[in-house]
Amino acid sequence: MLELKNIVFDVAVEEGSSKTKRIIDNISLTIPDDKFVVVTGPNGGGKSTLAKLIMGIETPTSGQILFDGTDVTEMSITDRAKLGIGYGFQQPSRFKGMKVKKLLEIAAGKRLPMLACNEYLSKVGLCSANYLTREVDKSLSGGELKRIEIATLLAADPKLAIYDEPEAGIDLWSFDRLTQTFEAVYKQGNGHSIIIISHQERIIELADDIVCLRDGQIEAAGPAEEIIPQLGLSRKENDYCSFTQPPDLHLTTISTTC
Amino acid sequence: MSVDLSPIDADLLKTLTNVHGIPEGAYNIRKDGELLTRHSSANIEIATKTDYPGIDIRIKDGTKGERVYIPVIVSKAGIKDVVYNTFYIGDNCDVDIIAGCGIHNDSHQASEHDGIHTFHIGKNSRVKYIERHYGEGSGTGDRILNPVTTVYQDENSFCEMEMTQIRGVTSTVRDTDAELGAGAKLVLTEKLLTDGDQKATSNMNIRLIGENSNVQIISRSVAQDNSVQIFNPLVAGEAACHGHVQCDAIIMGKAVVKAIPGIEAAHEDAQLVHEAAIGKIAGDQIIKLMTLGLTEEEAEQEILDDFLN
Repeated sequence: MLELKNIVFDVAVEEGSSKTKRIIDNISLTIPDDKFVVVTGPNGGGKSTLAKLIMGIETPTSGQILFDGTDVTEMSITDRAKLGIGYGFQQPSRFKGMKVKKLLEIAAGKRLPMLACNEYLSKVGLCSANYLTREVDKSLSGGELKRIEIATLLAADPKLAIYDEPEAGIDLWSFDRLTQTFEAVYKQGNGHSIIIISHQERIIELADDIVCLRDGQIEAAGPAEEIIPQLGLSRKENDYCSFTQPPDLHLTTISTTC
Repeated sequence: MSVDLSPIDADLLKTLTNVHGIPEGAYNIRKDGELLTRHSSANIEIATKTDYPGIDIRIKDGTKGERVYIPVIVSKAGIKDVVYNTFYIGDNCDVDIIAGCGIHNDSHQASEHDGIHTFHIGKNSRVKYIERHYGEGSGTGDRILNPVTTVYQDENSFCEMEMTQIRGVTSTVRDTDAELGAGAKLVLTEKLLTDGDQKATSNMNIRLIGENSNVQIISRSVAQDNSVQIFNPLVAGEAACHGHVQCDAIIMGKAVVKAIPGIEAAHEDAQLVHEAAIGKIAGDQIIKLMTLGLTEEEAEQEILDDFLN
């Protein structure tokens, strides 16, 4: 179980400045075991920052973070990972010379047979065994890299997995496969929880609970069936295209010099 | 042949060859400036040079699936060993050559080994050359390695060279030259790690003379502490050919890295490209590996190991 108690996170407006801006504003939240939680809300609302605070990539200005009853507020990223918190980055790093198989093995904390590696990759829609010997460098496309990032979390199998916009950079055709994977992996009732930061309706609809963040505060939180109607999602019958009124284009404000 | 090796020598040899003890097949092992043991095979003849110190290695036409080991170990201080090794590889061969030098120096005196290697690679032959350079020991004496490698590739030959300076070499100046005939291809990978006050210079001069010749140079290096590395790879295209030079360096501490890749085209169908990048380990990379349970130090080491792998 994850408990956030009165979390505040301020950043300096500019380097060296004593003036600060509040990114996370007194958030308290409990995520019990066996929960599929989606954190959503407008851009700049503090979603990614909240995820980074849970993983330890950022340290809160004040407040407390408890994981399974242990105070992890001051713990390093490494120690939190060892306790069972995992994080899937929105923009994954590339590693020159590191093979995909090696990255999966580091994630799993042990040597993995080829078959196991292939299973992780096929769960994220990378079905060719060739990927295992590919390097995690710029030879991979953004979408491939993103899917490998998700596969590392599947291999790590943390008790609490946090995914920051896993759908970003993934094509429509692989996205279906991915939502099936999230559903299959995190709805097993094995005590593992998942927090996904997402704007995607199809992911939001998988959630047990939904948290809406706006301006660093929780705007709404609760069971999906209560929150989804408040989100005003524009889901239409067509799964892949929902046509909406095009926005007005103010051509005078769009730079044409670049 | 039974040869007694001290534990230090055995360890040096294993670092160079990846084989415990004396390897099988054709080999020539040199220790402290003298021949330790040698074995020729039916297709590979190793003979002492008559003019210079060193050996001639002659590989018969059509030799396939064989290996030659020519490691050098130096565990005595104050030695300056210069050796000339010339390979004559026939046509239609497919062979691996494992070379390198390991220096163990516990003294304040310098130890130096300069290997002058020349390769004549016959038509349609395929050669894989692996060279490892390594230094160790508690002494303040310099461990110096100045290899000179010259390759002449005949038509449609393929040569893959993997040259690695693993660690512990105080000073090195590497000169690698090659001339490629029609349809010949060379893939040259150089990996260097320097730390402390070490200095490394690598000069390359690759001439693409024949039609459709092709060279790919990949240089990966890590410069730590106060070490200095200088790269001068030059590819000259004198025919319709392809050349690609890629220099990548990770810089740490107060190290200095200079990469000056050069390309010269003297034919309108010469296609030559170079790229060079120097940078530190990205914080994002370290954080990613920490989220997988590695400590910061383990993450850094993992990134360096993979980069130089």
